[in-house]
Amino acid sequence: MKFSLSIIATLLGGIGISLISGVPWWGFVCVSFLVALVIHQVPSRSFAAGFLGMFLAWGGLAWWIDWQNASILSKQIASIFPLQGSSAALLMLTSIIGGLLGGVTAITGSYLRMSKNKS
Amino acid sequence: MRIAPFLASATLSIALVVALDRPLGKIPPLGKFLSPQYGFWQNAEPIGMDYGGTLQLKGLKGDATVYFDDRLVPHVFAENEEDLYFIQGYLHARFRLFQIDLQTRAAAGRASELAGSKAINFDREQRRLGMVFAAENALKEMEEDPLSKTIFDSYTAGVNSYIDQLTEAALPIEYKLMHVTPERWTNLKSALLLKMMAKMLSAGTENDLANTNAKSIFMPEELSTLYPQVPDSLLPIVPNGTLYPKPGVIPAKPAIADSLYLNNKQTVAAQIIDRPDPGNGSNNWVVAGSKTKSGAPILANDPHLELSLPSIWFEIQLKSTSSNAYGVSLPGCPFVVIGFNDSIAWGVTNSQRDVKDYYEIKFKDDSKKEYWFAGKWVPSKLRVEEIKVKDSLSVFDTVAYTIFGPVQFDKQFSTGASANRNLAVRWAAHDPSNEGMTFYKLNRAHNYADYEEAIRTFTCPGQNFIFASRTGDIAIWQQGKFPVRWDKQGLYVMPGEDSSFLWQGYIPQQENPHSLNPERGYLQSANQRAADSTYPYFIPGSYITARGIRIDKKLASMSGITPADMMALHYDYFNTSAEDLRPVLLKNIIESQLNAKELSYLQQFKNWDLYATPNSIGQTIFQCFWDSVQFSIWSDEVNRTSPAATWPTEQTTLELLLKDTALVYADDITTPQKETLSITVTTAFKKAAANLQQKEAEGKLVWSKFMNPSIYHLLKDALPAFARKGLTVGGYGNIVNAIKHSHGPSWRMIVHLVDGIEAYGVFPGGQSGNPGSRFYDNNVSVWEKGEYNKCWLMRDNDKGDARIKWTLQVKKS
Repeated sequence: MKFSLSIIATLLGGIGISLISGVPWWGFVCVSFLVALVIHQVPSRSFAAGFLGMFLAWGGLAWWIDWQNASILSKQIASIFPLQGSSAALLMLTSIIGGLLGGVTAITGSYLRMSKNKS
Repeated sequence: MRIAPFLASATLSIALVVALDRPLGKIPPLGKFLSPQYGFWQNAEPIGMDYGGTLQLKGLKGDATVYFDDRLVPHVFAENEEDLYFIQGYLHARFRLFQIDLQTRAAAGRASELAGSKAINFDREQRRLGMVFAAENALKEMEEDPLSKTIFDSYTAGVNSYIDQLTEAALPIEYKLMHVTPERWTNLKSALLLKMMAKMLSAGTENDLANTNAKSIFMPEELSTLYPQVPDSLLPIVPNGTLYPKPGVIPAKPAIADSLYLNNKQTVAAQIIDRPDPGNGSNNWVVAGSKTKSGAPILANDPHLELSLPSIWFEIQLKSTSSNAYGVSLPGCPFVVIGFNDSIAWGVTNSQRDVKDYYEIKFKDDSKKEYWFAGKWVPSKLRVEEIKVKDSLSVFDTVAYTIFGPVQFDKQFSTGASANRNLAVRWAAHDPSNEGMTFYKLNRAHNYADYEEAIRTFTCPGQNFIFASRTGDIAIWQQGKFPVRWDKQGLYVMPGEDSSFLWQGYIPQQENPHSLNPERGYLQSANQRAADSTYPYFIPGSYITARGIRIDKKLASMSGITPADMMALHYDYFNTSAEDLRPVLLKNIIESQLNAKELSYLQQFKNWDLYATPNSIGQTIFQCFWDSVQFSIWSDEVNRTSPAATWPTEQTTLELLLKDTALVYADDITTPQKETLSITVTTAFKKAAANLQQKEAEGKLVWSKFMNPSIYHLLKDALPAFARKGLTVGGYGNIVNAIKHSHGPSWRMIVHLVDGIEAYGVFPGGQSGNPGSRFYDNNVSVWEKGEYNKCWLMRDNDKGDARIKWTLQVKKS
């Protein structure tokens, strides 16, 4: 329950925070951090929830954009990167970067909460 | 207890964010770049994007409407002129921001700010050529005239109204890739853009440095033979036989010219780094009603420039109460540059005239503070140039300005090993002028008199303005401010120790080559010399003769012409040079010395239909063969100096071969034996065949594979993914359809001056500069097939027309 809730909160917060003007691109890491802080879970589960939440937030958004764009741009960027022009690989890379940042910040939140509890 | 892992993971988080927020060499900041909310994904425009809506812009005087058609061509309807150009500025920025920013920074010698240290020498040369100096002089002129100032101010405000509301997410993708930010627009930038065009079209049309080396190795009569002023086969812009009035200005050749100048055998080691392609040519022509099926004139134009994505052109209709013009504009500058309105059509080609000379300067010492002029040391103006370099320290350069102009080459800036001559550059583009207003007036011209008045003040780069009106007039003017030169003045580096070699004046504007309604019913220009040898002025330049011959012959033979015939002529692949050359080449080839493979190539060449079509093999064989022949004849001669002396032009070589098969230059002077033309031609063919065989093995024997026609992104090799390569087109620089690898017809336009105007146009790109838009390259395939889009001159009562795809209401806020 907590796990799914964390994922959903991370996902929605990760998408929503960019709507606030002036927030830098990395602003979403505050969301995964806070979610892990508020919805307490063991570090490994927090990491997984943060990772999956942001993986889905970034991947989902990028996929939606790519689908509307008929992959015109992602094909070109994927050959600059170089990912052999594969939009799917670029989507995966995007999702993983988002997930990774979500995961490490969530685990940080989780450790902070634990340290508070024990002291 | 959990403090250690907390600190560890917090550190890791911060480190990751910081690492992904930073560029790594050429790799953009990965996290930021990949972020779907901020990075490149934001540049992926939905296929079904709505370009309409309502827009509130600060600085507008009234309300306006922009109607986009299905190709994203904006039809701007404004209530007044200020708003018209404000919106044009806004739209240029909206669709081409990176382009205008890059081009004007490069024009100002600021490319290193974007590209880093590899652009330093380019930037130094731009500064030393006086690009900013030229733009500042133009700016003064632009802002002196209240009307022109208002227009440029409005345009600038429009560009900035877009830039100011830009969010990080909305930045053009190139900024994200290069991790740089755009700069606000100024009127100076518009002036810089016009100077970029001036450089493109009038800085590469002289060969003074290489000519000086040629003068050091050839005798005067040889120079006349190798570098003739008037080609035998010239079909000039002004019809042959036209009578020219006595010249209004007669320049005096200085008494010391022979001893100090013409007989001076000193070489120069300096070399220009970024020399504009002398093939930046173009075609335009017009046929009178007497030659068309409809009885109305038809005008055609195709400017040949480096092809790029985004294209140099942006298609637009600009309508206010005082004007209604349609055509292509230059992003970075207001107005329609090539186009038409309800009453007239106009087009341009480059004059190819030499308006840039070099003078040798003697400095008192290395400080460059003083130079020797008219018997004494006079102060130079020193301009310290700071070149900011991305990811590195600024580079400083000091440029000395003399009475002639900036000293482009000196000890601190020379590309040759032993370059120690100080060379100042005198360039017509340095003179104050306001070229923009010519286009302002052309956009509003109704008849020949308006057109004549509009172009009168156009200074540099010299252009061939072709014209047709609905009332049936056809005309052409070679317009520019051209120096009056005594014979051979400015062909070589000139002494700069006093005023005797300075330009003495300018050809009176009325005496510029022109023609109105000639009896033959057509006019054409294709970068050839404007007039035959009876024109009373010395007018050197980098002329291209072949295309004009073909166009002239075709137009002369045609009647009952329709726009479709003109389209076919735009796309004409006939190789007129090859037609002249094939007999003389074949006559001189010694077939007994060829092996079987070589003979088979020769056979294909013999059977070739002389058309440079994409699938032609004959064209590939001819071009390799002919390049090889020219190389064999001239390389030993021109390489007697370093850097090399000027190569005789293709047309000159062709005409020499036709006239004189015992050509002495056929001999390779680096070998002990004497080579006859036959030996040279045969050897050249064998070399070409070896090259062809290699190309054949690579599957590149057909012309389009050999030439690999390509359109690169503005950043060239840095972003190959944004290029469109391997197009299926033929042609060449000497062919009417003048496509060369990445160079060619940058806009093809045909205007039929019937009531209501029937017009067609296409450029190889799209309206949007965004590679993530379907309008980035949607016209490439249209252009490739030689097809056209219909240009729609929208009228007030068309506001409900089905061709309107999106409507953008622009309101003042």
